[in-house]
Amino acid sequence: MSPILIIEQLLNGLQFGVMLFLMAAGLTLIFGVMGLINLAHGSLYMVGAFAAAAVAAATGSFFLALAASLAAAAAAGVVIEVFVIRRLYRAAHLDQVLATFALILIFAEGARWVFGSFPLYFDVPPMLSGPIMLPGGVQYPLYRLALIGVGLAVGCGLWWLTARTRIGIQIRAGANDREMIAALGVDISRLYTVVFALGAALAGFAGALVGAIQSVEVGMGDPVLIMAFVVVVIGGIGSIKGAFIGAILVGLTDRLGGIFLPEVFKLFMEPGAATQTGSALASMAIYILMGVVLVWRPSGLFGARA
Amino acid sequence: MIPERFITFAVPAGLFIIAILAFWTDEPFTITLTTRVAILGLAAVGLNIALGIGGLVSLGHAAFFGLGGYAMGILAYHAQTYSPLTLGPLVIEGTKSMPVIWIVAVVTSALAALAIGVLSLRTSGVYFIMITLAFGQMLYYFSVSWSAYGGEDGLSIYLRNEFPGINTLVPIQFFGLCFVLLCLALVLQARLRGSSFGLALNAARQAPARVETVGLNPVRLKLLAFVISGAITGLAGALYADLNRFVSPSMFSWHLSGELIVLIIIGGVGRLVGPVIGAALFVALEHWLGGLTEYWHIGLGAILLGIVLFSRGGVIGFLTGKAGPNV
Repeated sequence: MSPILIIEQLLNGLQFGVMLFLMAAGLTLIFGVMGLINLAHGSLYMVGAFAAAAVAAATGSFFLALAASLAAAAAAGVVIEVFVIRRLYRAAHLDQVLATFALILIFAEGARWVFGSFPLYFDVPPMLSGPIMLPGGVQYPLYRLALIGVGLAVGCGLWWLTARTRIGIQIRAGANDREMIAALGVDISRLYTVVFALGAALAGFAGALVGAIQSVEVGMGDPVLIMAFVVVVIGGIGSIKGAFIGAILVGLTDRLGGIFLPEVFKLFMEPGAATQTGSALASMAIYILMGVVLVWRPSGLFGARA
Repeated sequence: MIPERFITFAVPAGLFIIAILAFWTDEPFTITLTTRVAILGLAAVGLNIALGIGGLVSLGHAAFFGLGGYAMGILAYHAQTYSPLTLGPLVIEGTKSMPVIWIVAVVTSALAALAIGVLSLRTSGVYFIMITLAFGQMLYYFSVSWSAYGGEDGLSIYLRNEFPGINTLVPIQFFGLCFVLLCLALVLQARLRGSSFGLALNAARQAPARVETVGLNPVRLKLLAFVISGAITGLAGALYADLNRFVSPSMFSWHLSGELIVLIIIGGVGRLVGPVIGAALFVALEHWLGGLTEYWHIGLGAILLGIVLFSRGGVIGFLTGKAGPNV
């Protein structure tokens, strides 16, 4: 196990973490502000990826594809917010789970209907393709490095948006006391639509960015959705900072666990069994991390309320 | 308006009559469908104890369903390959006997429910939903990467397991077995609901602070409900695996957890036979809509949205004209 491999896996974990952050940020905002558990967030991720793949196939432009993913996911977000989600804010969690589960079924089958069951692919733009030499002699794909940069930039942007802008103040106030800010003349219903569309656009953006290095297919949002839930539980519901730290922790645990656990087990088991046990445990590593955090802090690292 | 007591007796009777009619008219496929209804209904009856009485929205009950399935799969696999299962110093012979498999399935899923419940019940509300979902997914990924028992491909069992005095290969006899277990679970739930434990659990859902004031521990009540619930769903998992003679990680899939909740909502939350009605409608929809179009999930999704947004109390709520169960 060379240091180069470790640095590579660290970067991979970081890259995976920032993409999870894009998903988890939307989930945690939507829960924090509207009190809604949105299972259909993974569908919005899928919508973004499919829109990007379709536009990339039609125009050949990666950046148009990214713009399309943002627009399509935000538009899908607005549509479901206005027609379905809006009626669920005051409903029980059970109703929210069920209605957003129904949306997943509709989105997944709709995508299968329109695009078929075969995975789609689109390429990384030429200016970002190929490896780059990092200081220390590590070769790393430029595109993945760019993803880390984009994720960090979005994180800073979100912090600026919530901490420094008027709409950010309204969002934070809406999370604390919706009646009070409605009384102050803020159109709460429009604010909710904006927050939902923002979360949806972030999810769609993540789907498009990841879609360029994986395949775009029906159901691609499900594993990411569940990992984003783990992130939100670890970070604490409603906290953007928590989502960021949780996402990086989960990303690193997942990627490093995959290479280190089999090695650790090889120290005291025969190699075949060690690889099997190690990789089986590695697939559970992030859930074990979640369990540990829960025992220590039931409302997450930065959660205010349970 | 139809009284709920009538529905409670009519629904299982109806299921039984359909199976018998299918037997007389020699339609084994319909019998298989009714068996599916009985088994899915049993799984959802299990979930209904946690969800309907205890108010615990578990989005991870596929974990117990899958554990039950794998309990059957692993034991039968060792029996059919004549290779005992060695766990360190412990050597376990495989078995094809259903009662033994059932006990193993129930105990395994009860222990898993205890472990998951202890951790998950440290929280409540939306955290609980996400955490149960995450634990279900954890077992899913474990089963995918654990290649000793087929990994992603799952395990096939060549012959259905045996029950003394019954030929389980005959569809109607296997249906009878599943139907009896479903009825036993329904009786158990009815008795639970009327018992002091059930009443306390009901109160723990509605007003945990008051329950605590009278000296009961609401978390412990919910944990016990969660364990009973997981055990019943695990038993259903073992039967489901036996019905298909196949287990795979898809039994752990979170879509299945979602579908179990769907079954309960369609029938009516907290209603005794709600899950059975839900299962019957679900299997019928799957069969008919699935025959009409490959994309039947769109229709299912639209129906679900309609139920959530516009109706209260599911089918039983509609039939009885009361939105919630009498408690």
